[in-house]
Amino acid sequence: MFLKLNEIGDKIAIAASGGKDSTVLAHIMKLLNERYLNRKIFFHWLLQRYDYGLDLFLLSIDEGISGYRDDSLETVKRNQLEYQLPLKILSYKDLYDWSMDDIVKEIGRKNNCTFCGVFRRQALDRGAVMLGVDQIVTGHNADDIAETVLMNILRGDIARLQRCTFIKTKSEETIPRSKPFKYTYEKEIVMYAYFKKLDYFSTECIYSPNAYRGHARVFLKDLEAIRPSTILDIIHSGEAFETSAESNPTNVTVPGVCNRCGYMSSRDLCKACLLLEGLNRGLPKLGIGNTEKLRKKHLDEKEKSIGEYSSSKRTPGNPFIQNFNDLKLGSDLKKPL
Amino acid sequence: MKINLEFSGGLELLFDGLKQTSVVVEDSSLKNLFKKIESELITQNKELFLKDEKLRPGILVLINESDWELEGQYDYQLKDEDTIVLISTLHGG
Ligand SMILES: [Zn+2]
Ligand SMILES: [Zn+2]
Repeated sequence: MFLKLNEIGDKIAIAASGGKDSTVLAHIMKLLNERYLNRKIFFHWLLQRYDYGLDLFLLSIDEGISGYRDDSLETVKRNQLEYQLPLKILSYKDLYDWSMDDIVKEIGRKNNCTFCGVFRRQALDRGAVMLGVDQIVTGHNADDIAETVLMNILRGDIARLQRCTFIKTKSEETIPRSKPFKYTYEKEIVMYAYFKKLDYFSTECIYSPNAYRGHARVFLKDLEAIRPSTILDIIHSGEAFETSAESNPTNVTVPGVCNRCGYMSSRDLCKACLLLEGLNRGLPKLGIGNTEKLRKKHLDEKEKSIGEYSSSKRTPGNPFIQNFNDLKLGSDLKKPL
Repeated sequence: MKINLEFSGGLELLFDGLKQTSVVVEDSSLKNLFKKIESELITQNKELFLKDEKLRPGILVLINESDWELEGQYDYQLKDEDTIVLISTLHGG
């Protein structure tokens, strides 16, 4: 792309939710990839090969939310047929043995977005490994990123403040992610989808009122009405935040891997495994918020307590999740035992 | 005169899923049309459509396939058989 997000011949997974952003992204990636395939352009003194030559895939995550994700996945499947791109769907149920419906039944509607977000992040990485891609592209647009900057400021989340504005992630441990629509307004995306008559799914997730983002969004739209350049201005402010190593612990921690599942993690147990541990032991608060104490207490107790928690939940200490390193190119999920 | 209306992008949910309809109005501005839609067509969550007579931010308006910002917004004077498309941008990613 213009910003050199990828190299010729890269394998790219498009994170596809069936919503407007990822539908437009899939459409545009496919269109440009074909338009610029093997095109030779006479450029001054040389014939330069000017193409994308990308190998594109659609990657969808099925969180297991009936009445929402099942419908949006139908949209993804229709798009797959239309765009003729290979599609891989990974479900929380297969990956973690818990669908979001199960989780909400267990923990209620509070905090369920934490589970969903952590699980999705890891699920996308797992899917990317299975597909053997070099990169994941997501549909985040300029409005989304400006909202995230505002939210990170309001929450005082210094570590994420600058990171959330990167057009491409910098970490070497995971598969890079990029946001080709970083500078594209939501309005442009919606207009494009409308005029191209793209088929997208537009229902709010039934479990996420996501009030916090909602407030940021309304505030941003009000600002934009006063000053149209606000969105790009806010993104620019986010980019301009320089945080020192001391105030930004993520810069100094040595990245390691999770003992249990092999996923990149700065602690012994990654966030997803911690949340799963909580679910499987009937202690769903285990990974939520500032729970350093809980984490320590319950994990220290773990060895001796195996068996005590068998009340209603799955076997403790014997998590279902497959080790990240066992994932292979083209491999399919280990089926539940 | 007759005005054609289309709702999409999730906005149709405020109209019980209604995606297309038409209304008959007297000579009027777009502003009055919105008020009419609010009082006669919306079945739920009225506050997600208008607030203080202004359209909620995040709803795009097309007047005969043209962005309403190019057509005088609220002051646009409706003509017979105009098509007004209202699209929510706020739903789903
Ligand atoms: Zn783990
Ligand atoms: Zn969005």
